Amino acid sequence: MGMKTFDQLDETLHYEELPNGLKVYVLEKKGFNKTYATFTTHYGSVDNHFKPLGKDENVKVPDGIAHFLEHKLFEKEHGDVFQDFSKQGASANAFTTFNRTAYLFSTTGDVKKNLTTLIDFVQEPYFTEKTVEKEKGIIGQEIRMYDDNPDWRVYFGLIENMYHHHPVKIDIAGTEKSIAKITKDDLYECYETFYHPSNMILFIVGPIDAKEILNFVKDNQSQKSFKEKEHIERFFDEEPQTVAKSKKVIEMTVQTPKCYMGYKEATPNRQGKELMKHELSVNLLLEMMFGKSSPNYETLYEEGLIDQTFSFDYTEENGFGFSMLGGDTRSPDGFVERISGMVEAFKQQSIDEGSFNRARKKKIGAFLRSLNSPEFIANQFTRYAFNEMDLFDVIPVFESLTVPDVEEVLQNHFKKEAMTVCQVQKKKS
Amino acid sequence: MGKLGCRHNERGTYSMGIVNHKKTNLHGMTVHTIETKKYKTTSFILQVKEPINEKNVTKRALLAYVLQSGTKDFPSSKELRSALDDLYGATLNADLSKKGENQVISIRMEVANEKFLSNSEPVLDKAFHLLSQVLLAPPLEGDVFKEGIVKKEKRSLKQQIESIYDDKMRYANKRLLEEMYDTEPYRLNVYGNGDEVDSISSKELFDYYQEVIRNDKIDLYVIGDISTDEMVEKVSKHFRFSKDRKEDETKAVNARDEKRISEVKEIFEEQDVQQGKLHMGYRTYTTYADDDYFALQVFNGIFGGFSHSKLFMNVREKESLAYYAASRFESHKGAVFVMSGIETANYEKAVKIIKEQHEEMKKGNITDSEFEQTKAMINNQVLETIDHPIGLSEVLYHNVVAGTDRSIEEWMEGIKRVTKDDVVAVAKKVTLDTIFFLKGAGTNGNENV
Repeated sequence: MGMKTFDQLDETLHYEELPNGLKVYVLEKKGFNKTYATFTTHYGSVDNHFKPLGKDENVKVPDGIAHFLEHKLFEKEHGDVFQDFSKQGASANAFTTFNRTAYLFSTTGDVKKNLTTLIDFVQEPYFTEKTVEKEKGIIGQEIRMYDDNPDWRVYFGLIENMYHHHPVKIDIAGTEKSIAKITKDDLYECYETFYHPSNMILFIVGPIDAKEILNFVKDNQSQKSFKEKEHIERFFDEEPQTVAKSKKVIEMTVQTPKCYMGYKEATPNRQGKELMKHELSVNLLLEMMFGKSSPNYETLYEEGLIDQTFSFDYTEENGFGFSMLGGDTRSPDGFVERISGMVEAFKQQSIDEGSFNRARKKKIGAFLRSLNSPEFIANQFTRYAFNEMDLFDVIPVFESLTVPDVEEVLQNHFKKEAMTVCQVQKKKS
Repeated sequence: MGKLGCRHNERGTYSMGIVNHKKTNLHGMTVHTIETKKYKTTSFILQVKEPINEKNVTKRALLAYVLQSGTKDFPSSKELRSALDDLYGATLNADLSKKGENQVISIRMEVANEKFLSNSEPVLDKAFHLLSQVLLAPPLEGDVFKEGIVKKEKRSLKQQIESIYDDKMRYANKRLLEEMYDTEPYRLNVYGNGDEVDSISSKELFDYYQEVIRNDKIDLYVIGDISTDEMVEKVSKHFRFSKDRKEDETKAVNARDEKRISEVKEIFEEQDVQQGKLHMGYRTYTTYADDDYFALQVFNGIFGGFSHSKLFMNVREKESLAYYAASRFESHKGAVFVMSGIETANYEKAVKIIKEQHEEMKKGNITDSEFEQTKAMINNQVLETIDHPIGLSEVLYHNVVAGTDRSIEEWMEGIKRVTKDDVVAVAKKVTLDTIFFLKGAGTNGNENV
């Protein structure tokens, strides 16, 4: 059993890797009412081409299957696991991202009982033809809901523009057509491959006794048997550094147009501290260039090119990475022209130490604020761990960043040829 | 404000169990302090309330935008934001909400607790000062708000109002309220009317602002690892209201919903969307201050508040008609709203199923497990909500809006005491008023290059 203390943050994290490969982390949060637990597999929408566990042939599975599996794991022979949680005073949920699928609950009641339910339902799949068919109507409506959401369309449209081959460009939920092909056997095949304990992380945070909870999980796992762990082989086609498409316009029934711009990361293959440093550098730079206290923000706001919906972010995972900026705008083309001009202008000047320090302070404050949220801690810790990073290194890494780090990112990431644009425009009737 | 009244410098404590909440009246403002060590930040929440009304609704929305755009010392958004960044990225935002027939401006600020910062800078006092300036020392030009700021924020507010149309769920909800409450103030949108924005002058807005800080009910919540005495001292130091400040008590809303429904209103609208949005509004004739409020909570929970509720189980799980089918309720207006995203062709079927679930509840067809699960979930929900500083302040602020003095323990006890008969009695009072359906024509989102 391991333990790490983060004195500056007043947090102690307990962890252990169990014999079956499952990594368990427990963080005590005194004074909170709620305990929050996530059970996450390192498997998401991009993992659609792989070698199934114990087989020799590679397979390609239908788009949207990781998300479909997430929905179906809740259904058991005795009924719906949602109901078991709510009988036990817990609310459960799940979500699927590009490379993770997380199952979670929060409760102010019996933690152990709900923890058992969480672990057991994720580790005991039950798929039938009938229940798989039933889900297609529900997910079909989920897909349509997103289709009508202009924020989602513009965000996803931008990612589609960036990638030639990488499956990050495929909508996480798939399409009504692609999910129609999913069978129960497909689900079992994905499940067997990606839900092995060695590919998963369990994170529990709340007003709990860490050692007691760790032992409890150990007991649960020692009573089950799993296949030997194997390295999972995933396949991705070679992705060019250029963007697939430099501009796309989607027409929808909206009153205010939307515009997102993005820069595709040329070498998204960092892990560990290197990745953290890079990710934080780009985000710090974005803050300096376009944060609310920047001259650029003021100009854009005054010119009516942005409003309070304007936001930006950089994210990178093993195999893909991009920055994006955007929101509602009266003039989508004016927005693109102005922002790309500002980025180019920024490259010409030297970086001001004062605004660097201010942006860093802001980022550190924002991170501390996030640590009020057990959900943030569990979800982000897991995401970081899958990329060999430690969430609690964020403040020291921020403190170690220097102006030259940010300058390097400015020259290498924000390249004209790596830029793409997606707009939602008002439909012409 | 219940037995603690509005007299100066009087202090009361309640709900010592789950949260340590103290109230102090200072300069006609109520200061609520909650001492807790569980956060890494200190939160300030200012709530400024007045009854929503046609005359002021848009002005008030614009005021919220203008206030967060600068102060006398930091007379532009950029300067104000730089000052916040220097306070270790303190956040500041002003927001609007409708609580019953009140339009509330919430100004929230959150600062890092200095003990977690490497070089322990004293950020708390500076934060206090800045917050007081946002409310009491706005950027002026002559005797009115700076014209440049007002102009920019008008544009932002108009864009905010327009964006409601773009989010079809919000749009359908707005349309439901307009139809259902066509003669009541509750129909008004909290952001006001888009076509009134341009005509508001800086002078007019400033006159209204002065009225607001003179007469509106103002509550300040401070939550974090703080001491009440220190906070009260800081409030006295920084929050200086003019001498003629006097809360206008005639402004308190006590709108009992008396409207009886003879016929359900059914409104259809068509747009080019993939999914139809079904929104249904019910009158409940029960609000936060009422004894059967707890039974209404449980009613809503069984009806559509959770994933074990009748709406989710029947509309989604049994019939696969929707991804979401839920209900929520508004504590101070006393309304229940149902929403579901469905195929346009399934309208009749979905409405029938939803109505049937309500009928089942009137007949008392509620299983023991539905009943117990719901109570457990409500209990869980309130405990989880108060884990978050904003959630906690919202839970406590209900008392201010309703003029009650209920502790969180009393609240939880109230839920515990609800019987199935109480729920059935509430179900019988709950009456469907209006159905709004945004029909889909189904070609939304054509792409071209």
